[in-house]
Amino acid sequence: MIAIIDSGIANLRSAQKGFERVGADAKIVDDPRALRDASGIVLPGVGAFRDGITKLRDGGFVEPLLRAIEVGKPVLGICLGLHFLFSESEEFGHHKGLDVIKGRVVRFPEAVASRNGGGMTARLKVPHMGWNQIRIERQAPIFKGIPDGGFFYFVHSYYVVPDDEGIVAATTEYGRRFTSILWRDNLFACQFHPEKSQTLGLQLLKNFASLA
Amino acid sequence: MLTKRVIPCLDVKDGRVVKGTKFVNLRDAGDPAEVAALYDQQGADELVFLDITASHERRQILMDVVRRTAEMAFTPLTVGGGVRTVEDIRALLLAGADKVSLNTAAVERPELITEAAERFGSQCIVLAIDAKQINHSARCEVRGARSEVKGDQVDANSAPRTPHPALLWEVYTHGGRTATGLDAVEWARRGEKLGAGEILLTSMDRDGTKDGYDLALTKAVTDVVGTPVIASGGAGTLDHLYDALTEGGADAALAASIFHFGDWSVQDAKAYLRRKGVPVRE
Repeated sequence: MIAIIDSGIANLRSAQKGFERVGADAKIVDDPRALRDASGIVLPGVGAFRDGITKLRDGGFVEPLLRAIEVGKPVLGICLGLHFLFSESEEFGHHKGLDVIKGRVVRFPEAVASRNGGGMTARLKVPHMGWNQIRIERQAPIFKGIPDGGFFYFVHSYYVVPDDEGIVAATTEYGRRFTSILWRDNLFACQFHPEKSQTLGLQLLKNFASLA
Repeated sequence: MLTKRVIPCLDVKDGRVVKGTKFVNLRDAGDPAEVAALYDQQGADELVFLDITASHERRQILMDVVRRTAEMAFTPLTVGGGVRTVEDIRALLLAGADKVSLNTAAVERPELITEAAERFGSQCIVLAIDAKQINHSARCEVRGARSEVKGDQVDANSAPRTPHPALLWEVYTHGGRTATGLDAVEWARRGEKLGAGEILLTSMDRDGTKDGYDLALTKAVTDVVGTPVIASGGAGTLDHLYDALTEGGADAALAASIFHFGDWSVQDAKAYLRRKGVPVRE
């Protein structure tokens, strides 16, 4: 059974029905004890970093989640769930994350250097919202059946900057190249929403489910 | 690279998908969940579900219809119509919406945009604007009304120039029934400042006419806001989608009639746009 952590801020049905569609058993859990029996854990997240991390702490999920990662249970972070794993976020002030991955969560700048150069700046729309491509930086089990250049649905204003670039599995271009998938041991985390990314998103969920 | 989006729109009345012209003369176009499933299979980049009668009848959206529709879609779903409070938004998100659009309630109480964005994040708050072009004689009147908007701090001198300074569009609420005296371009700018993460911009003049989007309106808004803009109202050919995404500067083109009544599929639209050099998802 794959446990989808319910931190009480987002609708998690879409992640659950994505797993159902690919034949995996996934339950939305609001009791941290359920993580113990899970074969895999999904850490989703929609909304603001501070509220999310607070709910996660108050709900008692942090310890069992960290333990699961330590023992090598497959874990998938999605969007804000990816951000939670980091040391700190600059979203609306400074907030401490779970510090599973050393690095920071930073905001897209709204002005970027224009491609033409010459000191001109172009406006970057924030949030980065819509379908964008991933560039696979290193092959990971979660990429089975997913092509380099495949499209996924993104919606975020902040992105992650890991200290160790060796854990970056895929990147995406939006004004700059940022990390769109992380992979370390059995820990996977993506910036996009696989549960909203139609066929390729479902394939990624299926790949994760096959590891769990 | 980030692609332009093609978004079929489901206008829903009494639990059925309908489509009219200039917000009236509604025709039936099917069951929302079935229509959503079809567009999802066709590779729609997102879906928009608008309960078009909810606001004026002060009726709650039929949550089970939203739930059934969300169940069929593996693509982002925006839901709007009759949303008045932060609690309404929460209920829709829990029913399966990824984003919620605000229209009438945001005009009546602009703080709602900020409250909603702070609670759920800007990325899921869409400001829906129904705009109608006004003639020149009415122009002064609307300009005057603009400055009377409660709490509006916009300085007319600092407002950026639009490429069509002679044109003005007025915001309507309650499904196009109530004129507000608000300037649509100004309202879009203000909505962004208040926290809206996206603007769904509908030309009432073009809605359902198949005459093409109001490109001047679209461009006037995309020129001044930093959030993504969805152009809506008037798509009748695939070229119209192209125009909205290029000349209009829109990030997404929303259409209903051309998809509902079988003129073109979403694949047709995307294949066409790709051939013409617009980046769209395969």
